[in-house]
Amino acid sequence: MEMALQQKPLRFGLRLACALLLVAGPTAPGWAALGEPESSVSVDSGHFRASLHVAGRPSFTVHELRTPAGTVIREFVAPSGAVFAVSWQGPYMPSLSLLLGQNFQRFATAPRSASSSRSRLLIDQPNLVVHAGGHIRSYAGVAYLPQLLPAGVSEEQLQ
Amino acid sequence: MIRGSRPRAFALLALLALAACGGGGAGSSLPPPPPPLPTGSNVAPLIVDAGPKQLGVNLPSVTVTLCVPGTTTCQTIDHILVDTGSTGLRIVAEALAPVMFSLPAAKTAANDPMYQCLLFADGYAWGSVRLADAQLADGKAGSLAIQLIGDPGSPTAPADCTGIPSVPSQNTVAEIGANGILGISVFLQDCGAGCDPVTGSANPNGQGFYYGCPASGCVNVTVTLAAQLQNPVSQFATNNNGVSIFLPAITAVGKPTVAGALVLGIDTQSNNQLGSATVLSVSPLSGNFTTVFNGKTYTGAGFMDSGSNGNFFDDPALKACTLNVGFYCPATAVTLSATNQGVGASSATSTVSFSVASLDALSNANPTFAAYNNIAGPMPATVSGFDWGLPFFFGRSVTVAFEGPTTTSAGPGPFFAYADF
Repeated sequence: MEMALQQKPLRFGLRLACALLLVAGPTAPGWAALGEPESSVSVDSGHFRASLHVAGRPSFTVHELRTPAGTVIREFVAPSGAVFAVSWQGPYMPSLSLLLGQNFQRFATAPRSASSSRSRLLIDQPNLVVHAGGHIRSYAGVAYLPQLLPAGVSEEQLQ
Repeated sequence: MIRGSRPRAFALLALLALAACGGGGAGSSLPPPPPPLPTGSNVAPLIVDAGPKQLGVNLPSVTVTLCVPGTTTCQTIDHILVDTGSTGLRIVAEALAPVMFSLPAAKTAANDPMYQCLLFADGYAWGSVRLADAQLADGKAGSLAIQLIGDPGSPTAPADCTGIPSVPSQNTVAEIGANGILGISVFLQDCGAGCDPVTGSANPNGQGFYYGCPASGCVNVTVTLAAQLQNPVSQFATNNNGVSIFLPAITAVGKPTVAGALVLGIDTQSNNQLGSATVLSVSPLSGNFTTVFNGKTYTGAGFMDSGSNGNFFDDPALKACTLNVGFYCPATAVTLSATNQGVGASSATSTVSFSVASLDALSNANPTFAAYNNIAGPMPATVSGFDWGLPFFFGRSVTVAFEGPTTTSAGPGPFFAYADF
């Protein structure tokens, strides 16, 4: 999966709007967890020792982090400034407590579908969706808050 | 690995179904007798059943013998899940005999006892790393690092392993569905370069993997490749370049259990020749090949995982089950096909036909059955992969060639290969 990601051009609707704010290390710009405002800095990319770049799409903005271990983490910011989704793809599972922030408790206690297990997780709650899967060296998933999803945005766009 | 649990309400439903139909479920003719399974000293008998607690379906397992290194203090443990989707031998502490808790602790570079947090999509397994002499068929690995999952002597799992509050654990036989896991993926180590002191870090992606736990508390540590959990078969003296799983074909109604074989080595013995098998090279980073299904190309996102109890993929046309939530339950069985393509130079292409039946209906018809070649479930579009789970393995030999070592007929791994059986 990681290979695929590196080979695939980012399909941003507004390529020209791409602003590259590439910084590495603990001085990297702030990065907000799911449900937090974009302006918050409760999780900074230093936790992941990751580089960050920002790109615009028509109905939302994407912040992308690439960790040294090769995992790509994206946060999706609605026009309101709220982070309505996070996604990840790469060789190691990222820390979901960092990614989900204040939603982590809800994640931890949410009912799983019966077939959820070690490598496939399906949580479909009215106020929290987490879909994750993978195996050794290849993990991917998305977490989003349906109530914050901008109109016309589907889960498939959150990759 | 991926496992679905099954609800227990089947017995009553089955009785009702029998009463309604006036007979048993199967209507198909007898299959031809299966070909003889491979034999030889490098062959471990494999069984597909419901697991030690009778809680699952499509759980393939072998028996492994562990010994305290250099001694005759040993234990033979059955129901060790054969998992081509992970690397390393892991034993659930609950399944370990009291005498075996003398297995010595693996140590970190700072000489502290080593622990491991293995993260899954839905939880974690926490436990000590111990050293054991391990034997599978005629393969022996001395002082192999293994994880003792749920080791009761462990310090509390660190917060960066569990998250706060804790997500559900995968620390018991019931939670894992087996007494342990034999991880025989294409990868030689479980963490690899991401945890190495030179190429990686103590906390890849902000979360621990290996820990040193002195009395003062557990800290993230880097671990060299050589000291990480190894693919056990890669540590054997011979027949160490890969494995093949042989499972006979079964009919669409399923079976209570199925006997198969786990054969050590590729092209090293008369019973493990690749021959004309389809070879799919995989990405050395992800271990994946490419699968095309329903007009969508899952580039570098197809894989073969014996630890997945169904085929998992996205198909909005298939109805979800009501009892076995997370599986597909089409009103009538459907036959589908997908095309696998290797990555890199040797990019074989192979179209595979497979069928999907209703797990609810199959289970209702035969509540004691635990082996199915036609069960599947959704893989969310965002996760975007195609997981060939155990149903794919029936009627085939599936070969896993490890990264690094070479094979006579298909060159070096990593690759998957498969042939009809």
